[in-house]
Amino acid sequence: MVGPLIPMGVIPQAWDNVFAVLLGMGFGISLEASGFSSSRKIIGTFFGYDFVVLKVFFTAAITALLGLLYFSYLGWVDYSMLYIQPTFVTSAIVGGIVMGIGFSMGGYCPGTSFCALAIGKLDALVFTIGMLIGIFIFSEAFPIVEKMYNSGSLGPKLVSDSLGMSASLFAFLLVVIAVGMFYGATWVERKVKKVDY
Amino acid sequence: MDNKLKSGKFYLNPYMGGVCLGLVLMATFYFTGRGLGASGAVKSTVVAAVNAVSPEHAVKSHYYGKFVSEGQHPMNTWLVFEVIGVLAGAFLSGLFFNRLKFKVEHSPKITINRRLLFALGGGLLFGIGSQLAKGCTSGAALSGMAVLSLAGFITMMAIFGTAFIFAWVFKKNWI
Repeated sequence: MVGPLIPMGVIPQAWDNVFAVLLGMGFGISLEASGFSSSRKIIGTFFGYDFVVLKVFFTAAITALLGLLYFSYLGWVDYSMLYIQPTFVTSAIVGGIVMGIGFSMGGYCPGTSFCALAIGKLDALVFTIGMLIGIFIFSEAFPIVEKMYNSGSLGPKLVSDSLGMSASLFAFLLVVIAVGMFYGATWVERKVKKVDY
Repeated sequence: MDNKLKSGKFYLNPYMGGVCLGLVLMATFYFTGRGLGASGAVKSTVVAAVNAVSPEHAVKSHYYGKFVSEGQHPMNTWLVFEVIGVLAGAFLSGLFFNRLKFKVEHSPKITINRRLLFALGGGLLFGIGSQLAKGCTSGAALSGMAVLSLAGFITMMAIFGTAFIFAWVFKKNWI
């Protein structure tokens, strides 16, 4: 049962969309139950009154990262079959900055806005409408940004390779950094005045 | 805990929530070979709408053209199905934890209209940025980090770094 199971043909391709719905449900439940359906809870990370985003986000990334590395080490998953997002340095930075400004204005990112929308938050509905308009504007204006969109292409590059270390050493360092951040965040949370929301 | 559950204020321990989310993300890679996403489904919606209004414009456009193919409806993508799951899952969680309620969540210092205006602007920028970066906080940052993608780490730092600075610029909207 070497994964990824659907691309390897262990599970037929026809099941792909069924898994999409089931995994999506797991994603939605995890986000909502952690409190990602509240913009004021999410934004608390930047003011120090609630670090739930920092804690959930980094715990999740590390869990999946370590899990997949172990599966690969044990021969249970073929790492080369996993989709590695290709790197376009310029557009990753510029796009990230634009998203960061949007994040601080709207209090959601796309995934969390869907969760908030699902439990009845009308601000999340408006945020989602904003996304539709934004993507439409981007698509129509694409010829203007096309050059930047494609510049700085490095292909599916691994962060550990670009830092010249092994994947496992990088993962170890990331865990150390994350645990340090969790301690720091909890310390700040205790000092900062509580915000009622 | 009972009181918190009744008033809709009960949340999972953040580390527990993170492990749950991480296991779902890992399972997604193990089963499908790809990560989770969100903004891609909104993109499919825009492509489908433009394609319905003017198929010619959609095919000719440098951007929509990438996502329309012969014989397949633009909404028939993995991420659209995944987002249907996200909506259903979040709804069930909200039902279980007593959080289903129509409301506009905003700081008492600002009006509902101001909150909605900023939500619209924030969504608009997130829409633009996610197309540039080829993914959002879920698709590019979180899923990218899970498989050590350099792009994932760059996008994550750019999003959170910028949001940290600008949250203080818009402080009045939040606290």
